[in-house]
Amino acid sequence: MKRFAELIKQLDSTNKTNEKVGALTEYFLNAPDPDKLWTIAILSHRRPKRPVNTTLLREWATELSHIPLWLFEESYHIVGDLAETIALIVPSSKGKTDKSLSEFIAEIIELRELPESAKKAYLHENWLSLNYYERFVFNKIITGGFRIGVSQKLMTRALSKATGIDEDILAYKLMGSWTPPTTTFQQLILEEHESDYLSKPYPFYLAYAVEDDFQEQLGDIQDWSFEHKWDGIRAQVIIRNDEVFVWSRGEELVTDKYPEFQKFLEVVPNGTVLDGEILPFPEGRIGDFNQLQTRIGRKNVSKSLLQKIPVILTAYDLLEWNGEDIRSCPFAERRKLLEQLISKVNSKENHLYLSGSMQFETWEAAASERERAREKRSEGLMIKRKDSPYLVGRKKGDWWKWKTNPFTIDAVLTYAMRGHGRRANLFTDYTFGLWHEGQLVTFAKAYSGLTDAELKEVDAWIKKNTLERFGPVRSVTPFHVFEIAFEGIAKSSRHKSGVATRFPRILRWRKDKPIEEANTLQDLKNLIPE
Amino acid sequence: MTKPLLVFNSKGIYCKQADVYIDAWRPVEKCIVTHGHSDHSRRGHKQYITHHNNIPIIKHRLGDITVSGKEWGETFTINGVTFSLHPAGHIVASSQVRVEYKGEVWVFTGDYKIENDGLSTPYEPIKCHTFITECTFGLPAFKWEPQDDVFNEINGWWARNKDEGRTSLLFGYSLGKAQRLLKHLDTSIGKIYTHGAVEQMTQVLREHYDLPPTELITANTKKEDILGNIVVAPPSAQGSSLMRKIGPNVTASASGWMTFRGARRRRALDRGFVLSDHADWDGLLQAVKETGCEKVIATHGYTEIFSRYLREEMALDARTESTQYEAEQNEAESKKEEGAS
Ligand SMILES: [Zn+2]
Repeated sequence: MKRFAELIKQLDSTNKTNEKVGALTEYFLNAPDPDKLWTIAILSHRRPKRPVNTTLLREWATELSHIPLWLFEESYHIVGDLAETIALIVPSSKGKTDKSLSEFIAEIIELRELPESAKKAYLHENWLSLNYYERFVFNKIITGGFRIGVSQKLMTRALSKATGIDEDILAYKLMGSWTPPTTTFQQLILEEHESDYLSKPYPFYLAYAVEDDFQEQLGDIQDWSFEHKWDGIRAQVIIRNDEVFVWSRGEELVTDKYPEFQKFLEVVPNGTVLDGEILPFPEGRIGDFNQLQTRIGRKNVSKSLLQKIPVILTAYDLLEWNGEDIRSCPFAERRKLLEQLISKVNSKENHLYLSGSMQFETWEAAASERERAREKRSEGLMIKRKDSPYLVGRKKGDWWKWKTNPFTIDAVLTYAMRGHGRRANLFTDYTFGLWHEGQLVTFAKAYSGLTDAELKEVDAWIKKNTLERFGPVRSVTPFHVFEIAFEGIAKSSRHKSGVATRFPRILRWRKDKPIEEANTLQDLKNLIPE
Repeated sequence: MTKPLLVFNSKGIYCKQADVYIDAWRPVEKCIVTHGHSDHSRRGHKQYITHHNNIPIIKHRLGDITVSGKEWGETFTINGVTFSLHPAGHIVASSQVRVEYKGEVWVFTGDYKIENDGLSTPYEPIKCHTFITECTFGLPAFKWEPQDDVFNEINGWWARNKDEGRTSLLFGYSLGKAQRLLKHLDTSIGKIYTHGAVEQMTQVLREHYDLPPTELITANTKKEDILGNIVVAPPSAQGSSLMRKIGPNVTASASGWMTFRGARRRRALDRGFVLSDHADWDGLLQAVKETGCEKVIATHGYTEIFSRYLREEMALDARTESTQYEAEQNEAESKKEEGAS
């Protein structure tokens, strides 16, 4: 455990990606194999099942710390993370255990089956014998959700450095349903399999947002091809050797999440790589981001969800054809091949659509198409140079995104919550309401958008105008109106208002507006595209 | 019921009987000042009273002011009210203020910490009836490690950075924290460079305190000379032109707020050292007990939580009062008012 806790401390002690990779590489070179395997498992979200529920964890930590439960809860609200709160609050210790990470995890797995009294004794004993970082890590393994600024990708890079195995191949090896009890480091990572090479994707090419005077910059409009900009998940779908592989933009292999794409095998030949957008497609039309959310989070998708919210791939580029890398061909040629391919596909049947391309004579014509983006369920337009190759990463010049202006609405500040960490004593997280039958109904939370000076001013005002306190949350006198901007809007049964908004943020403080002039919930609903 | 000896009004903490303020935040006639941080020693009072070692500090910040200096424990009486200053251990020359009238004793702590930092005169508990205490870190999540352990970590970090060919950039307030850092940095590792605000304040303090040599970074300082050494700078210097001047570097902050993992990450620092000039949870409780007080007034920090604990768990008459001291914004926050808290 010492070595693993030291690794986490090192990862925590730097903001530089290279140093994180360095620390991980060092770890993968030196740790014993069973620990390496568990580290990979934890960092790829394969933790052991939670052996104790959080209510009990809180109670037992409180007991050990000799403080009242309410004080634990207040502290938890301010710290913001349960594992960290427990690690901070229980009496300190210098750390005197020699058990390894995998030994600890074996105990934690067994713990699940033990009676409550034994669980409590086990936790107390270990909290008192681990130092701060070990305690924090120990708690994290128990509570799950190891978010320490290390993505699976970063871990894969380090593993690649330590083993000399290609990153994309490691990503493939790490996918699927393995767990440490069912495999070994040798089997999972080191042994070679021919199939490892099949899934290898190409690096994504990413667009830049257009700049102010872009029409002049881009020159002759005839050199450019236009498409709608879809609001889904950027993905590459690879068909090789009668297998389908789906990679998402973070370059993560997500094949299992989208079983629909197995259908491609029927219509797309081997040796093909498609670039496009995964979109929700309920009832035979493009749905909204809120529906896609319900798919993203699940590792195993249920039948009913598959039926309710199926997905499609809207393809816009072809990177490999007949087993050949065609990225250096001009975009227009790649498009032609793509269009030929998809023209033979029954889109509805096979979940594969073409993102239609458009040509415009004038920028005014393009602008008016952009105005229609919301009707088409897009976020604006993509502008791609017809003779451009498919580049690597975010490169200026050939691909541009021209997004629609955000939605805006004037809402009333109704609740405020303390920030976390450095802002723990400042009210920085706000909830906003809209009028509905004479009441303010909560519709969104927003954290950002105010200047530091405004934040301080609002904070001071909140402290003087608190109506009620609920833990870290305060309700305040309805008085201030803010203009809230957001990128998308959809119906939602999970929200009290019946509406979900995407990326809400504060655009400005409308000191000029009395609350009576704030918008109504109906005004908001009118923005939902039909 | 008799009138309280000290009240909180719109200008500061006020003793009506003596017509004197303590750490007033609006200009007043006569003000007792606990220490040199800008939220406690404001501009514009007609007459200042403070510990004599604090005089050069506030004169440096506030210019030509009328000020009289006192010794620790020296009493002075105004209209029957007896005042005296006692060490608070927060930063150099920081005081608590004891106020006594007709046998009733109140103490206002200003900012304080319990641990001896090796530079400030250490905190002394003062018996009183009513204890007005800060509680910047009044939450059980805050627990300080002994200073020696923290400095071992800091010096180890510096030595490692030096081995890797990088300069260490350590942020701490220019008054107080910076000198505490200077005092305990291991100068066998390398040289200590300073940012302007830190250098100026350090020069002021050298008159009364023994501090290691420092070198100010100027336009003429060469990158190669700084390399591998340590630079002490105020938090406001993060992201400033100073950063570009010093080449490959590793950044860290020394503050109580570094307890939270999120605080360090949000400030985009490589490293956070938990080192505070305020009392931690146990320190606050110890202080309250040692005064033997019946009443507690919590002024800045997690006041509501702390006073509820005192009421419910220690059966004390505890309440909160709001002030304009800056614990609410917390150290890492107030970039503009360098020197606050
Ligand atoms: Zn202070």
